[in-house]
Amino acid sequence: CMDRNKYPMPITCPRICEGDCAVLKRGDVFKAVPVLRRRKIIFEKQWFYLDKAIGHAYGTTFEVTSDGNLQPKRKVEEAPTETKEAGTDNRNIVDDGKSQKLTHDDIKALKDKGIKGQEIVQQLIENSTTFRDKTEFAQDKYIKKKRKKYEALITIVKPSTRILSTMYYAREPGKISHLRYDTLAQMLTLGNVRAGNKMVVMETCAGLVLGAVMERMGGYGTIIQMYPGGGPVRAATSCFGFPKHFFNNLHEFPLSKVDSLLCGTLSVETLPSEPEDTTLTEEEMNGLADEKQTSVQGTEEESSAETAMEINQTEEQETMDVNAEDAECKESKERENKENVREKQRKQWERRKKLTETAALLRERNADGLLVASKFHPTPLLLSLLEFVAPSRPFVVYCQYKEPLLECYTKLRERGGVVNLKLSETWLRSYQVLPDRSHPKLTMSGGGGYLLSGITVVLDKGKSDSSNSEALKMEEPSAKRCKVQDLCC
Amino acid sequence: MSFVEYGDTIKDGDTAIVFLGHESMFPVKVQHGGVTQTKYGVIRHSTDLIGKKYGSKVTCSKGGWVFILHPTPELWTVNLPHRTQILYSTDISVITMMLELKPGSIVCESGTGSGSLSHALIRTVAPTGHLYTVEFHQQRAEKAKEEFREHGVEHLVTVTNQDVCKNGFGVSDIADAVFLDIPSPWEAIGHAKSALKAEGGRICSFSPCIEQVQRTCLAMEENGFTEINTLEILLRVYNVRTISLQIPDLGKAAEDNSSPGFDSSNPSTQGSPGTNLQQGTVQFKSGVPLREMVGHTGYLTFATKSLL
Repeated sequence: CMDRNKYPMPITCPRICEGDCAVLKRGDVFKAVPVLRRRKIIFEKQWFYLDKAIGHAYGTTFEVTSDGNLQPKRKVEEAPTETKEAGTDNRNIVDDGKSQKLTHDDIKALKDKGIKGQEIVQQLIENSTTFRDKTEFAQDKYIKKKRKKYEALITIVKPSTRILSTMYYAREPGKISHLRYDTLAQMLTLGNVRAGNKMVVMETCAGLVLGAVMERMGGYGTIIQMYPGGGPVRAATSCFGFPKHFFNNLHEFPLSKVDSLLCGTLSVETLPSEPEDTTLTEEEMNGLADEKQTSVQGTEEESSAETAMEINQTEEQETMDVNAEDAECKESKERENKENVREKQRKQWERRKKLTETAALLRERNADGLLVASKFHPTPLLLSLLEFVAPSRPFVVYCQYKEPLLECYTKLRERGGVVNLKLSETWLRSYQVLPDRSHPKLTMSGGGGYLLSGITVVLDKGKSDSSNSEALKMEEPSAKRCKVQDLCC
Repeated sequence: MSFVEYGDTIKDGDTAIVFLGHESMFPVKVQHGGVTQTKYGVIRHSTDLIGKKYGSKVTCSKGGWVFILHPTPELWTVNLPHRTQILYSTDISVITMMLELKPGSIVCESGTGSGSLSHALIRTVAPTGHLYTVEFHQQRAEKAKEEFREHGVEHLVTVTNQDVCKNGFGVSDIADAVFLDIPSPWEAIGHAKSALKAEGGRICSFSPCIEQVQRTCLAMEENGFTEINTLEILLRVYNVRTISLQIPDLGKAAEDNSSPGFDSSNPSTQGSPGTNLQQGTVQFKSGVPLREMVGHTGYLTFATKSLL
């Protein structure tokens, strides 16, 4: 995000810099924000400024002071555990709603006085008549619960696929087609995503999958992003804060041109969604496109007021400010208009040039892998995009639903040129691990989507029919043979 | 070919994967003059493999054919010679993402075991990162070294033959991430901490038993690790099948020969009128879970070495 070159930063010194993309963390809740001075941030029902965090190392935990500033938290000086008094069971604990002697107003008064969360928790404990009768475990649970509520601790962390994919799945699963983070992890591994690859990526997951691929490729190799509509959405990609050079070998190609490219009739004269979107590409880099596009295309995705990325809003703010200034000075505006036209033409020419280059990259048909994660039906995407992939390379398709992947599987079998087809899903289970209190967490995610993966092979077009039947015999076992195979597994 | 770079054609010295069919494949070391036996007959390396494109169909002596695939860490994982229990790609995927590995990362691992995870780690941190892997079993350590050499990745990995619980990883203040797959990981947490960079890093420990996890979590907490989180990942694989279910005869067919509620366009459901003995069927595609699936591999405990 922003211009990283303005803030040169050695990789070994991960300090929070102005203009960075950072992630706020409180407990298990994340939020991506741009680090800007004098900008109010609202996170988890609290407001504060990031100014004082600048210069501190990533991973630092801060306390929110009553004037909205962040103060680095000192090492937790555990309250000296006085000889603990605890009950053995709850046979005599009655829920009369009167165990807490502090009233709502008392607590509010404490907060207004600017008393630290830690002290409020201590007061709550002292004023609880039942606390001493609770079991040691129940006391522990009580303290943890109150601490979570009253101690406003915020950690600022560096964005990563781990953090951003967890954040998106929790905050805006609709924007990423409910692609759970462990499913995304499978995609990256099954797709053998690594430095030096030439990858084709087709996603409608706000640019999260693209970002994950970019992180794993570390700026080495080539990525071709296929996009529907007027331009690729990269709101999530911008949250990673990649250095500029990561974008040097990132290309984009409109889906609507794929057929003509495959038929050899591609013309770069008509670009998708001209003319109003011609300026979009640059904005997209800054993560603006997400909201714009949803409104233009009228998709079902809810663009909530409080999106995970506030970057969008700031960028918009800035461009608006610039426009307002322009209006005040008509003369310069006219001049600028002329320049704007020229600028537009230049941009259009540039876009065409880039499109021609990307088309050439695709025409080589030697991509090292294909990742698809979109809201579209996967079958037509796969049947076309696999044409760009070299033999003996992996491909992975994500779909929120299983049924379209069943069809895709069947169609790929008919087409041939693929082996090792596998339809799978992962389940993710979290555990509470505490002395004498270990168990799986109460709730787990019910759906993280499905994957269809496989490996391309040389497609011999001449006798595809005979090879297909052979392949079917080999790979789609009849009910009887399957029994044997199930046993071997 | 190498495990960190794709090549187009099969060359002498490559490790290639011979793909025979559904989950049936094996690795082969390509050598001039070498021969490989398959159930479809012989493959002669000089004529059948060397110079051919990866992904080609190769006809064997008995007329059957196989595909030759480019090696990847994932294919290696399902084909490698086992010297120990190994980690599979489902766990490896989550480990890689949760440890935040990428090109340039420095990783410490113990034990090396059969090198299943090692290959995946090397793939991810190449070309600028490095793997320091520690294996206390001398023979296994030697074998792993040999494999890394054969696979063209020896420059990205250092194998050390020592006891990680006693002697640590042999490096300090250098790693972005540490991975432990040993019987008593809690004894290595202190060493893991000192192997990690001063500014912090991530750790993961893999254990099959919950008692191991409990001790590990305690040790992590004592060593100042934060964000301690234990999870488990399970893979469900589905077979794609066309299923046909018979429509039961409820004795209605005599009066009402069209069966409402079913897809009448399906030829098999259009029972000929009046023949109530001829039962119709409904066909559909289904993703059928395997009869048996892996129910547990191990718990993955992740944590962060924080600044404080």
